[in-house]
This record gives sequence, C-alpha cells and structure tokens, in this order.
Amino acid sequence: MAETAEMTDTRRATGAPASDDRPAATGRGDAGAAPGDGAWDLAAIRAQFPILSREVNGHPLAYLDNAASSQQPLRVLNRVERYLRREHANVHRGVHQLSAEATEAYEGARRSVAEHAGTTNPAEIVFTRGTTEAVNLVASSWGDAFIGAGDEIVLTKMEHHSNLVPWQLLAGRTGCVLRFVDVTPGGTLDLDDFDRLLGKRTRLVACTHVSNSLGTVNPVREIVDRAHAAGALTLIDGAQAAPHMLTDVAKTGCDFYAFSSHKMCGPTGVGALWARRELLEEMPPYQGGGEMISDVKLEESSWAQVPHKFEAGTPNISGVVGFGEAVRFLADLGPEAIASHEDALKRAALERLDEIEGLRLYGPREERTAVFSFTYGDIHPHDLSTILDQRGVAIRAGHHCNQPLMDHYGLSATARASFYFYNSPQEIDALCDGLALAAEVFGGLA
Amino acid sequence: MIEPRSGTPGTIDREIPSSLNQLYQEVILDHYRKPRNRGQLDGATHAITMNNPLCGDVIELMLRVEEGRIAEARFLGRGCSISLASASMLTGRVRGKLLDQALELAVKFTHLLHGDEALLSDDDLGDLRTLAGVSKFPVRIKCALLAWNCLEELGDVTDEDRGSA
Ligand SMILES: Cc1ncc(COP(=O)(O)O)c(C=O)c1O
Repeated sequence: MAETAEMTDTRRATGAPASDDRPAATGRGDAGAAPGDGAWDLAAIRAQFPILSREVNGHPLAYLDNAASSQQPLRVLNRVERYLRREHANVHRGVHQLSAEATEAYEGARRSVAEHAGTTNPAEIVFTRGTTEAVNLVASSWGDAFIGAGDEIVLTKMEHHSNLVPWQLLAGRTGCVLRFVDVTPGGTLDLDDFDRLLGKRTRLVACTHVSNSLGTVNPVREIVDRAHAAGALTLIDGAQAAPHMLTDVAKTGCDFYAFSSHKMCGPTGVGALWARRELLEEMPPYQGGGEMISDVKLEESSWAQVPHKFEAGTPNISGVVGFGEAVRFLADLGPEAIASHEDALKRAALERLDEIEGLRLYGPREERTAVFSFTYGDIHPHDLSTILDQRGVAIRAGHHCNQPLMDHYGLSATARASFYFYNSPQEIDALCDGLALAAEVFGGLA
Repeated sequence: MIEPRSGTPGTIDREIPSSLNQLYQEVILDHYRKPRNRGQLDGATHAITMNNPLCGDVIELMLRVEEGRIAEARFLGRGCSISLASASMLTGRVRGKLLDQALELAVKFTHLLHGDEALLSDDDLGDLRTLAGVSKFPVRIKCALLAWNCLEELGDVTDEDRGSA
C-alpha cells in the first residue's frame, strides 16, 4: 500500500540528521517547503526547522508542546529577517520607498492570511495580537454596541480562558447572561444541551473549533447552522484548528473566526480576526489612535475603512510579515499532506498510548486532533513533565487554560502531548520511553 | 498507518539520570504517597489557602497556635509530589516551634532551594534537606515553596494581629 511505503520512507528519513544549510531549507520565500512530487519527506521538512535539531538535557529534542506554540521554519525566520534588514518603515504613512515596501509586505501578508482563511476579501482580515485579542475585540466592539442586559451568550464548557473571560467581562459591563454547553464524558459537546440553551434571547454562540486540551474537533458547521436558526451570530475560536486544517470560514458559515500566528509556524504577538465585511462595517472601533482614523477634529473623528478601523497604532509589522510567510509555507506543504501525516501520527500515538497500563487518555477517539491529554497512575503531570524533560521530551502539564473543563472532569491538571506535522514516529517512542522512565523513578504506579 | 514500534526494548535507556534520583528521593515519594498531617484541623487558629494559578496546585495550611507556639499544623490540598511532600514535611517540622522560629525555618528552606549548600548540614531543616535537589530544577521551586508561602502569609497576619493588639 502506498501509505505503508510512505511511512516506511518517513521512518528511515527522520533518522537523517537535520541540517540548516541544505539548499531546500535556505528558503528565500519561494522554495523549500514540500518536495514537488507530493511525497512527504519528513527529514527535509524537519531540516527547515532549525530548533528541531537541538538537544535538550543531552537528548534530541522531541517537541510535543505544539498546542501551546509551534516552531518556525527558516522560510519564516528568513522572511522576517529580510523585512527587518531591508524593508522596514512604518506602514500606510509614508510616500518614500521603504514605507511603500513595508506597506506592501504588510498588505501582502493580509492577502495570504485571507487566502488561508478561505475568504476572497482581504479587508475581512483584521490583524490582532492573537486569538485572545481577536475575541476581546469582538467582545468590546460588537459586544458593547449590540449586547444588553438579559441578552444571552452561549459558550461551552471546553472554552480556553481567552474565549471565556472576555465574555465574563462583557457580562459585567452589560448584564448579559452566559450559558454553557455541557461536555460529554467522551469529551464532545452535548448538542442536545446546546439546543436547550438556544433561545429567543441568544445573541451569540462562541465556541472553539478544536479543543486545546481534549483535541476534540467540534462540528462547527452544525453549531453555526443551529445558532443561525435561532437568530444568533457565531464566533469560532480557531486557535487550534487553523494550524491543522483548511480554515475555510465560508464553509463553517460562521460570523467571526479568530486564530493565532504562533500556533501555525508564525511569530508570536500576531493573529487575526476574520469577520464578515458587513459586521465589521457596523461595529464601532475597538481602540482609538493613529492608523484607524479618516479625519480627526478636536472633539470627534471619523474612522478609516475596515479593516484599518480596527488596527489602531503602529502594528506588529514584522510579525504580520512572518505570519504571511507562515501561511504560504503551510499552503505549499499542502493542507491534505499535513492532515494525512498528522492523522498517521495520531493513530500511531493512540495505539501506543493505549498499550500503556495506568495511562488514562481524555477526549474522543474520532474527530480529534493529535493533542493528547492524559494522566498516568498517581504520578502528577508536573512530575511527568519534569521527568520527560530530562529525556528531551517537551510536554505541557497543567490546566491548559481550561480550568472549568478540568473541574468538569474532577482534575486539577493533565499532562498534554501535542503533535504537529513536523513530529516523527520516533518522538512517539521518546514519549513512551519517558513515561516508562517516570514509572521507574516513582517505583511503579499507585 | 504507522506500525507500532517493533520490539526494541534493548534500546530503551532505563537508567535514571542522577538529577532525577536526587529530585525524587524515596523520602519525598513516601511523603507524596502517604502525606503526614493531611486533613482538617479542628480548633485551628490560623488557616489560609494559596494556589499556584499557573499549574493548579492548591494548599490549605491550618495552624493551632497557642501562646505564640505552633501546637499543631495540618494541611489539605492537591498538587505534584514536590508541593505535597513539602507541605507534609512542613507540618511535621514546625510543630512545637514558636511561630517566629517557623518563619526562620521558612527563610532557611528558601535558601536551600536556591542552592545554598551550607544548609545541607543544618539539622534544623531535618528531612526538608531531601528537597535540596529541587534547586537543580528552577521551575519547580515554586512547587516546593507553596506551603511555605502559606506559612509566611500566616506569619504576616499574626504580625498584624500583634500590631493592632
Ligand atoms: C483554543 C485556544 N483559544 C485561544 C488561545 C489563545 O491564543 P493566544 O494566546 O495566541 O491569544 C489558545 C492558545 O493558547 C487556544 O488553544
């Protein structure tokens, strides 16, 4: 079978040392993502991420904390460096050459991110500091303008704090009511409960696309349709989805979609809000300042066109430029290729983790990403993380900004291993070997 | 589908690194799995709950102080082996001490965790010295200090009590 052959190839290939200076990896922005013949050459892909070849505590790094933040390929690093070395100036403000180049780099990134999000209209992409700021933008701007006392916002019990706390703040300001869709023991949303919560007063449904601790892929199309049928708008937190799948916002049918650059091979401190143009037009500005105005008088001002209305002040230009390169890099790798390699990793990891006695995995079996939250006997997740780190295996331990979800499962913390397309089967081995070591250190499990 | 790893047990490095052996000494694991003085303290004169918001560890420390002396100390909470072992040892170590002496111990213990090796011969620290290995794991120092932060907070509260008396 082709698939088997590909995997065999991968296993052999990852054994090869990753190097920074191979031609395919020097990335000048136009080459070096995936080999053109469609085969998944993991060694070549890993070679483009310099950090993946470093050692940690005397062992090869196995970076399994991608749900927290992913690593950046040379193409992105080089693009940002080129911008800083050759093209930097403030954007939208000068007539000189550098300002024009910087503006073109910035707006070019907007076009790339728009394409990644599946919209034909770059004006529907607002650059933010990340998912967190995108949600806060909607809660402040749209929320303060259109939400009043007694209105209802439906969230879920699996939201990241960044899609929860902004709504709590809005509730504090407006007197609106928050409702929470239950999570089943299997780690999926209880859609019957969702139906019960939807009502005449529901103004917004805000829900994560993919759970950052359970890996659950929520049926967003279904959720959006039901919300729309109830007359509510929808916001989808795409922080954990955009890195892994085509984020065709049109297909989800939602009204707002938020995501972060640093979880999808881009720099930190930048992200995007996609929203339908009409909505952005109706919404008041989020912050005031330069860049977002059209005409300023002492007493009042008028606003720039969208999306600039929402981008007050000098933006994170180099970050945005890197973000644009990151989504082009992902596009060149090919969303299908990424998805199929991640799927193979996910199945292999599930199979291995299932074999480990005393390991309890949370989240669904199907419709999930390669994010694994687990507990292991009575060894606390922090201790697991410390021990794995001694073997170069980086995982996260804690509540993953999901405290209500942890409470729901009666947990205070889990260990979380989260994979990305550049991870290898050998890193699954490293994880499992590290767990065996942890059991040894603790003299067995209790 | 990726095949499960073919059986290569010989290649697995089972040797426990010495830093881990020093961190997870038997005494510590024993306090983790069989914490001493864990439970509600009836007649507590002082109690405080502190958490570590980054990782979710929570410790409630309860003291019964009689004439400035800690007659009994108990704790409740959840957390990793280091935070629970440290809390368990604390409760044993401070019983019978004047509150001020307990606070002095907290200072010494903090220095120990920051790598002050001279304190390894300080008998006042007793079993707590087994936690010295934490100094090699800076991110875990806050785990070891959680219960002690509770103690120091309680010390501050009693200072205020005295001041206002
Ligand atoms: C599901 C989810 N939503 C929101 C966020 C917040 O993203 P950021 O910190 O990049 O704003 C994260 C990541 O931490 C996440 O996993």
